[in-house]
Amino acid sequence: MTNTRPVGIDIQESDDNRMLVHAIASDNPDMTVQQLPGLMKLSAPGRIEINRETIEDRLGREWETGEFQLAIVTYTGNFAEWDDDQIIVAWDH
Amino acid sequence: MTTAKTPRRAKKLPMKQRYSLLTRDLDWEPSYVEREELYPYTSYEGIKIHDWDGWEDPFRLTVDAYFKYQAEKDKRLYAVLDSFAQSQGHLSLSDASYLNAIKLFIQGVTPLEYQAHRHFAYLARYLEGPAPRFAALCQSVDELRHCQTQIHTISNYNKYYDWFHSFSQMHDRVWYLSVPKSLFDDAMTAGPFEFLISISFSFEYLLTNLLFVPFMSGASFNGDMPTMSFGFSAQSDESRHMTLGLEAIKFLLEQDEDNVPIIQEWVDKWFWRAYRMSALVAGMMDYMLPKPVMSWKEAFELYFEQQMLGGLFPDLEFYGIKPPRHVADAVAEKDKLSHEVYKILHNFSFAASFTTQTPTPEKMAWLSEQYGEAFDEFYAPTWEKHRRIEDEGGRVFFQGLPQLCQVCQVCQVPMAFTESDDPTKISFRTSEFKEETYHTCSDGCQWIFEREPEKYIQAWLPVHQILQGNCGGPTVPEVLDWYGVQEGDNGEYKGSRDHQSWLEWHGETTEKEA
Repeated sequence: MTNTRPVGIDIQESDDNRMLVHAIASDNPDMTVQQLPGLMKLSAPGRIEINRETIEDRLGREWETGEFQLAIVTYTGNFAEWDDDQIIVAWDH
Repeated sequence: MTTAKTPRRAKKLPMKQRYSLLTRDLDWEPSYVEREELYPYTSYEGIKIHDWDGWEDPFRLTVDAYFKYQAEKDKRLYAVLDSFAQSQGHLSLSDASYLNAIKLFIQGVTPLEYQAHRHFAYLARYLEGPAPRFAALCQSVDELRHCQTQIHTISNYNKYYDWFHSFSQMHDRVWYLSVPKSLFDDAMTAGPFEFLISISFSFEYLLTNLLFVPFMSGASFNGDMPTMSFGFSAQSDESRHMTLGLEAIKFLLEQDEDNVPIIQEWVDKWFWRAYRMSALVAGMMDYMLPKPVMSWKEAFELYFEQQMLGGLFPDLEFYGIKPPRHVADAVAEKDKLSHEVYKILHNFSFAASFTTQTPTPEKMAWLSEQYGEAFDEFYAPTWEKHRRIEDEGGRVFFQGLPQLCQVCQVCQVPMAFTESDDPTKISFRTSEFKEETYHTCSDGCQWIFEREPEKYIQAWLPVHQILQGNCGGPTVPEVLDWYGVQEGDNGEYKGSRDHQSWLEWHGETTEKEA
């Protein structure tokens, strides 16, 4: 139960980032997206996972997980994983 | 003729391995000096570290990746700045009164970025683990970048509105700016681990969302694309800084059980210290944005109550860390903080380097919708009174030094906050130390004072300094001159130089001329 506390990521609004959000949403069916001026606010119970392959499919180009640093504005939760293929935001306990 | 094959680029090592090579293999044991001589500052706070390699930075940032992404961020920011300048973007601002929020930002926040740059450079030298040293180095460069890009971005407005001068002198001298300045002075004069908990964790992880995200969203909503761009660009670095803060607290808690009570006291202290400073942002968000996005109360509920109290603190419970002492007082104040702060700024803006105005009827309706009965009963009548006086040709400024001697000895906000459970009663605490009486504004600040009285009795309190003859002279014009405030920077917005410039840029004339 403890891990269902919501985690979240705020992403700056742009054309590329909208596609990024679509890709992330397809891997995280429970995720909600709230629109604020200039921002897309993602929230999901317990965990958000970002997969390089899904994003590359959506963007139609190579994408490094490090590029996520250009999209993210802020987050709540903990980066449980950040490697070449995947980024995971989740609570530890 | 043969065609040379394009050589295949060697595949990079996996991220984990590159990061490990940078942050582990480049370290060495000192051979010609003692370890204590090389790292003299990490022992006196009582924190025990057994294994610096236990530090993990989830971003796994390496030197090449750092420069690549930061360069890209700057390229994007400067493209926005250019396009804004070329397209006369200043004409699309919602109103020139919006720029008061930006003045407060450059006077109060930008110099803090520079302070942060200095102290993270120091941590990058003195922390014993190579991974936290590298994270601190990146953050130090980030903070310098933030300071520079903010000055560069905001200076664009100086072509059309004339108030950008002297912000760094003001940061050191002006009464309301002692609130942010004293917070960083306090953090930088603490030990290295306390600094990490104060700035990286309590300020950056717990509270910067609240400070910067809704505010930058507000900049966007008010037509200020450059500020939104530097804000989001800086805040994207902030997500790395937040990670450093979260990693720091977890690392310290995991290293030794004896660290837990020390960290808890720092969390208690620095939550309240940073929260008190954020009161300035509450005033900016609710009163200085002509087109508001979300109220302070709403932002506090979303970014602090839901995300931090509801999300983070249950996680930290695992280590025995409780939510910050006095957090209930902060929650209880959410209905009134911005109104009480803006009342001070409105009363004393003749002695400030920005202008203020009585909220317009539209703003009053929005505040009433956001804050309901609490606003209607306790704050709306004051603004209505101001409006009646102004309709008769007056404008009230409280002619005196802000709350005279009564500035909180810890947070340095003038004593105008009310009791968390009674908005009609000024909250006022006193403590005795070495036969002197010291005043604080809340249980939180009193607790902080009594924990380290020797530190806080040395506070540079603006009004005390004026009365001691250290601020240019005893009269208001002399003090303003010493602050670097020029005529037209301060006072009422309507009819101010900014207002005149706004009308001219939009091809309108003032009522007087019409």
